[in-house]
Amino acid sequence: MTWVADHIGDILWYAGQHTLLAGIPLIIGLIIALPLGWVARRYSKLYGFLIAGSGLLYTIPSLALFILMPLILGTRILDTLNVYVAMTLYTLALLVRTVADGLGAVPDSTRQAAVAMGFTGMRRLLKVDLPLAVPVIAAGLRVAAVSNVSIVSVASLVGFPQLGYYLTDGYQRTFPTEIIVGIVGCVLLALIFDTVIRAGAWAITPWQRVAR
Amino acid sequence: MLNSIGGWLTDPAHWTGPNGIPQRVLEHLIYSGISLVIAALIAIPLGVIVGHSGRAKWTVSLANSLRAVPSLGLLFAVALWLGPKIASSLAYVIPSVIVLVLLAVPPILSGTYAGIQGVDPAARDAAKGMGMRGGEVLRKVELPCALPLLLSGVRSATLQVIATATIAASISLGGLGRYLIDGLSVSDYAEMASGAILVAALALVMDGILSIVQRTAVSPGLTGKFRNTRDNRPVVTTTARGDASDPASPTDRADDQREALV
Repeated sequence: MTWVADHIGDILWYAGQHTLLAGIPLIIGLIIALPLGWVARRYSKLYGFLIAGSGLLYTIPSLALFILMPLILGTRILDTLNVYVAMTLYTLALLVRTVADGLGAVPDSTRQAAVAMGFTGMRRLLKVDLPLAVPVIAAGLRVAAVSNVSIVSVASLVGFPQLGYYLTDGYQRTFPTEIIVGIVGCVLLALIFDTVIRAGAWAITPWQRVAR
Repeated sequence: MLNSIGGWLTDPAHWTGPNGIPQRVLEHLIYSGISLVIAALIAIPLGVIVGHSGRAKWTVSLANSLRAVPSLGLLFAVALWLGPKIASSLAYVIPSVIVLVLLAVPPILSGTYAGIQGVDPAARDAAKGMGMRGGEVLRKVELPCALPLLLSGVRSATLQVIATATIAASISLGGLGRYLIDGLSVSDYAEMASGAILVAALALVMDGILSIVQRTAVSPGLTGKFRNTRDNRPVVTTTARGDASDPASPTDRADDQREALV
């Protein structure tokens, strides 16, 4: 505990790095997944292709993807861009399917009612379909957030500073306190991400509260 | 950069001996296979019991909350704690296998549980009405009905295990991760990138094999392919019932319902 108190500044800095490395790809991934998911849902021929394609990304082990990124991006091995792009790909892998399924779960009767009320094309998507898909998309986003926080810690093996540093350093120095700090930090961070996403989804879906 | 990777991969010296590619692939498959079998032996019976009885659901939520623990942290913690207690050459293997099992149990458990729990009660009643006994209902109706979700659990567990077996090289485990970790420690990019390509290929191949297994093992009565050829009624009722507030993981069955609608 004294070790934690002595190093609280460092711990918070690493936690901040971890938040950026896991959080920014989550936001970018969501922004890219929304149109892709919509396309997959709208054009059924593309559904299989987009879902299978994004799913394949998730099969690539994280350490391998971090190492292969410089080859694809032309960056140096320790360029943080590698982690941002790799994590965005993982987020996409999970979210394209979620968005497509969320839009698909909008009841047909609701959609028809919206059409009857004069909602067309883009306006129906933004005002009816997308809001109703929020609970499903938020659920997928929560899974992606927890998985991102865990995967980012692997990047410490390559040498990117974040909470995973305490795991590798603690192991190399045979210092269990550091490993515990790393694990607890990651779990707490995952919990914070989860809470924020749940609160956000709760705030933008007021009808869910009335219905229950 | 690509030339050096190509050179590394085609160098005959890297294809023989204890540090050769075939040996490393074999090690990777053995560690992953052992861990998956142990995990399946724990998770499938447990999932069947919990899904069937509806009791002890906390085991599923406990296993799922374990997923928030970073696998790298789990690996180092178990290795540091157990490693010194094991004197033999298994000092790295046993902690790694324990962690791999811990990581493989949650997806298989929740897949089996969700599969068994989601069996249509009408199918269960029909089986009883036909005179099947408890064990028979389980073997002939519930397990086949649960198979799609059970197998997708096994599939994601497999990917998780292959990925984590790779980073287990950092606690001196063999397997393809050796090239990545050893390459990193001496800044040999050709070695680590070649290892990364091999691991990614292994993961893709295993996932492909499992998706074929999934396709062939699941009864045609469940996939909807059989039903759709017989009658072309749009399955509007089942899709409209789809509860938007239920974040249940999408299943293959849901896909087929969607196809029927479109």
